[in-house]
Amino acid sequence: MTTFLDRPAAAVAAGPDSTPTTMLRVAVVGVGKMGLSHLSLLRAHPRVMVEVVCDANGYVLDVLGTHTGLHSATDYAAMLDAVDIDAVVIATPTQAHYPMVRAAIERGLHVFCEKPLTLSSEQSEELARLAEERGVVGQVGYHNRFVAAFAEAERLVEMGAIGTVHHALAEAYGPVVLKPKGGTWRSRRAEGGGCLYDYAAHPLDLMTWFLGEPTAVRGTTLGRVYSADTEDEVYATLEYGGASAQLSVNWSDESYRKMTTRLTLWGSHGRITVDRQECQVYLRESAVAPEGYRHGWNVKYTTELTPPVWFYVRGEEYSAELDYFVRNALGELAPEEAQDLNTFESAAVTDRVIEMLLADAAGAPVTPAPRSPARPAAPTTRRTTTRADRLREIGSTALGGLRRGVDKVRRTMGDKHR
Amino acid sequence: MSTITHDPGVMDRLLFGDNQFFGVNHMSEEKARAQAMRFQDLDAVMAVLDAAYDEGIHTFMCTTHERVAEIVEVVRSQPERYAGFTFYPCMPYAHKYANAVTDYGMLGALRRFLPDDGLVATAFKGGRAVARKDVESMITMLIDAEMSMFRGVPTPVVFLQNVVVDLLLGLGFDEAFAVFAHHVRDKYGAEPGYITMNLVPLLDVLDRVGIENPIVCSNMNKLEFRMSGGADGYRAVLEERQFRAIAMSVFASGALSPQEAFGWVAEFPAIESVVFGASTAAHIHSTREIADQVWPRAAVPGRS
Repeated sequence: MTTFLDRPAAAVAAGPDSTPTTMLRVAVVGVGKMGLSHLSLLRAHPRVMVEVVCDANGYVLDVLGTHTGLHSATDYAAMLDAVDIDAVVIATPTQAHYPMVRAAIERGLHVFCEKPLTLSSEQSEELARLAEERGVVGQVGYHNRFVAAFAEAERLVEMGAIGTVHHALAEAYGPVVLKPKGGTWRSRRAEGGGCLYDYAAHPLDLMTWFLGEPTAVRGTTLGRVYSADTEDEVYATLEYGGASAQLSVNWSDESYRKMTTRLTLWGSHGRITVDRQECQVYLRESAVAPEGYRHGWNVKYTTELTPPVWFYVRGEEYSAELDYFVRNALGELAPEEAQDLNTFESAAVTDRVIEMLLADAAGAPVTPAPRSPARPAAPTTRRTTTRADRLREIGSTALGGLRRGVDKVRRTMGDKHR
Repeated sequence: MSTITHDPGVMDRLLFGDNQFFGVNHMSEEKARAQAMRFQDLDAVMAVLDAAYDEGIHTFMCTTHERVAEIVEVVRSQPERYAGFTFYPCMPYAHKYANAVTDYGMLGALRRFLPDDGLVATAFKGGRAVARKDVESMITMLIDAEMSMFRGVPTPVVFLQNVVVDLLLGLGFDEAFAVFAHHVRDKYGAEPGYITMNLVPLLDVLDRVGIENPIVCSNMNKLEFRMSGGADGYRAVLEERQFRAIAMSVFASGALSPQEAFGWVAEFPAIESVVFGASTAAHIHSTREIADQVWPRAAVPGRS
């Protein structure tokens, strides 16, 4: 990391402090929709110097270079060798994540990578291990964990406000694929396109956050509405120890103006329905109401839950996740805040769940890998360990079977479903 | 950079917004959906706009959503009914572009929205080396495409939407704001306006590119909802900087009562206009009454 004695104009916003400020030197890789948004937020961040932008598309780089003065590169590996940076922010198509993240970690760089982390949980786990070994920060762009309403719901579940969770409904709907032909990587499964990787990953990741890792999945349907090479809808039943959950995701639903992700959790003491805008909480008489809540209905709105960010482009959560990454990479997270949001490890759990769904849809016997959950289970969640214990015994056999199932589905996608 | 001077024209104190018509609600998706259902028919939209007009609210600040073209058509076809009805277009309707980028990629989307002439074809064929003037031409062509639906109705102020303003602001694409200002003034005889969630840094940049006393619309409310960088910065610029402020989200999406909301607005004489949305005649009437009461006209400098 570099210490800038003469702070650039952007850093002045950090405050009147006249001591030297450590800046995080960043490369932004991939300037599509997400990459441009990240680039804009990072350039406005008082503690970040965007040193270089890397993309295969020379046209967009030229426009950026001419009009914003950003340095650019088209060759990722050459850029890593040539430019002094502390971190990379990767927003390329999913297929490219693994080699890019790996190369960055090997050079000791902190990495923020868009979701999903990779197309294989094995690779995601490897990246998580590598990041830990090298002592670098790895964060994945599951921005919903930075939505204040979801964070509030998670806090309530964690403290046991609705008691033991026995069922959950995880939904995501929106207008992405509305006609048969799509021209980008998002319509091709092999590159990480499709409703499962692109859309379902979000509610699945939230479920991992709220309930831990599922012990089993069944009844997975990967259906098509328009797409030729991938699925447009995902439905499944997931088991989390004693709790069950339904997943319902459809990215070909234009009755939603934009993507809507919603979670409903039923517990022994109440119910929570939460989306980006509001957190609706119903507490039974048996519940111990947390501060600011009462028995019966409570609604907390994003307007009251969301603190202002330093710079806003299209949602506080996108600003907040990058700010968290920057402060984490600079070693400046406050002791009282969560230290492990959206780690590679937790993203690998979501990747494992995706593989379980793929294998289940292909008819392969689905058993999870013998891993520990991304974080300890919510203390109030009822769990049975019998199945998990059995799975641990099965160990690598199960893992191999699962991965073979996934490979099979990848090979045959297009014939198997509809 | 030449200085762009402003038209001293006066904006209405209350401007009518369009979020309610297109299923946008920052507080509740259920409410947004109910509104989308209710305003599916143009008649329902026009009934609310008529109520606003009859209440003396003559300016409609609207996105360039394709349905706005239908509203323009109604207004244009009844010049007597809608004498003085004014549009403040806010462009672009970002979802249209975002969806196209998902479908066609960045360049494919641009190609779809730009006229198919030699410049664009040449620029894309080469794949790089875009001259400065080419990007400028593309920006002006996109503005023209968005403005085409407003032919024949008054558009004295034309806004750049916040997602685009804030994206460009963060990227440091400062010149785009000047290109927008020049084109809107030269071609449409209109004042450029900028919507932003980052009021303080935007004012600095507009200043730097020579846009004096700019019209800027931003969240300003007592709850400090979505006032990036914190409310102190907003207070400071409202008290110290020269710009024409339009406050939006003054009710913080319904979290504040109209009395509280306008009471707060009245503390800042620099706020020239407030843009608000409402779904019923009764709501528009009460909002207008409360605004007149709590935020009287005399409180606004330069107004009779």
